[in-house]
Amino acid sequence: MNSFIEVQNAEMVFATRKGRFHALHDINLTVQKGEFVTLIGHSGCGKSTLLNLVAGLTVPTAGTLLCDNREIAAPGPERAVVFQNHSLLPWLTCLENVHLAVERVFGANETKAQLVARSKAALALVGMDHALTKRPHEISGGMKQRVGIARALAMEPKVLLLDEPFGALDALTRAHLQDELLKIVARTASTVVMVTHDVDEAVLLSDRIVMMTNGPAATIGEILSVELPRPRDRIELAEDTRYVHYRKEVLDFLYTRHGRAVQQAA
Amino acid sequence: MNTVVNSTSNAPAKPATRAWRGLALRAPNGRALLLALLPPVLGLGMLVLVWQLVSSSNSNFPSPLVTWDAAVKLFADPFYSNGPNDQGIGWNILASLKRVALGFGLAAAVGIPLGFLIGRSRFLAGMVNPIVSLLRPVSPLAWLPIGLLVFKAANPAAIWAIFICSIWPMIINTAVGVQRVPQDYMNVARVLNLSEWKIFTKILLPSVLPYMLTGVRLAIGTAWLVIVAAEMLTGGVGIGFWVWDEWNNLNVQHILIAIFVIGVVGLLLEQLLVSVAKRFTYDDV
Repeated sequence: MNSFIEVQNAEMVFATRKGRFHALHDINLTVQKGEFVTLIGHSGCGKSTLLNLVAGLTVPTAGTLLCDNREIAAPGPERAVVFQNHSLLPWLTCLENVHLAVERVFGANETKAQLVARSKAALALVGMDHALTKRPHEISGGMKQRVGIARALAMEPKVLLLDEPFGALDALTRAHLQDELLKIVARTASTVVMVTHDVDEAVLLSDRIVMMTNGPAATIGEILSVELPRPRDRIELAEDTRYVHYRKEVLDFLYTRHGRAVQQAA
Repeated sequence: MNTVVNSTSNAPAKPATRAWRGLALRAPNGRALLLALLPPVLGLGMLVLVWQLVSSSNSNFPSPLVTWDAAVKLFADPFYSNGPNDQGIGWNILASLKRVALGFGLAAAVGIPLGFLIGRSRFLAGMVNPIVSLLRPVSPLAWLPIGLLVFKAANPAAIWAIFICSIWPMIINTAVGVQRVPQDYMNVARVLNLSEWKIFTKILLPSVLPYMLTGVRLAIGTAWLVIVAAEMLTGGVGIGFWVWDEWNNLNVQHILIAIFVIGVVGLLLEQLLVSVAKRFTYDDV
């Protein structure tokens, strides 16, 4: 009853130059309010396609997608997306980039000062309030991704969709931003759907890990519930037997069974 | 080029060298500066040398020195006016620039919005592309009779020729720019659910601007090429007609001066637009 996002029997077929490509087959997924769900799978398995469906950037060939009991037909500000390559507009400052989103969502009801305050607050939340007037090319890759997250958070979305947000970052920056994301999600009680190909990232962040089989006609192979208490600490978890077990479970799926995952699905 | 630039003042050489010396002193590597300056100076020197050789073997061809003297006299009073057929070189250049500005401005006013429309709508692109492909390779001068026929006057016909030659690069480059707006930015627009006006001002316009300015730069180069030829045909006041007039007077040194002046003005126009383009180009990533 608290199910927030519902994907029912979704199919995705792309018409390519080489003919039809069946990307996703029979996807059924429910995401609860406040839940952190990651989609993991080998590259090309359609996890980003599934996220784009939830975002409304693409329309499924068949099946239904619901967000808060309303059909997803187009992108909307209640489903904010953080893109893999940050997608900040290079001609706007960090503040202006965030403000563009804020203005659209709250512009009708709030004064200019309130809107600016919101934008600044979102940047402060990700620790980027020192770079309000900087343009994207003046800040590092990790900082750009923070601003991208701030832009998404500033819209106060019902669900945050993250498409491999840390994929292009170095390991240290990635770990740092994962910790930050955990804190922010705890503070804002956000619902999150995140695409990743990093097993540690998935186990550390998720309540549930959705493991996808290989394409074509990829589907959900297995869903793993990660029952680790929050707040989670990466140092402590590294030696936690449950963490090691979950990690092994995902690795097992991805590397040992991924070809036969459909038959072995639990 | 040196001839013309220097001839605008009586003793330009001294302050120039002093400035260079000052620069060389401040620069840690004077040798690098010398190496940077040497090739262009040598190249221009070669040009003058060839010119001197040609003029010494052909008595009708004025030598660099004779041309220099004529230029000094010409630029001593660039803005005199003895009726429509005898005006200073300054007036002639300004008249040509005015025509270029008018024709070029009209082309920008029509071509850039048209480029946006073509870039946004595949249907419209399908409609306009064959017309552009067909008409673009036509020499702008071929359009001059049409201009004369429609406008029944020389001046608007010259402006028309400028218009028609500068519109193509502006249409094409703007359209390409719109088609190449990164999909990521359009996805941002869709996720943020931006209004059409916001999409235009915050995403389309800034990302198309560098392409648009490339089109404008190509257009101004062509326009300046065409105006000289068009004015030779239409007459009146203008640098192109001035060249033709001096040819009829057999005043060859003035023709040589005109060639340098046309080159310098074209170079300045180009540099102006390059600096504008730099101002509006954003680093990706």
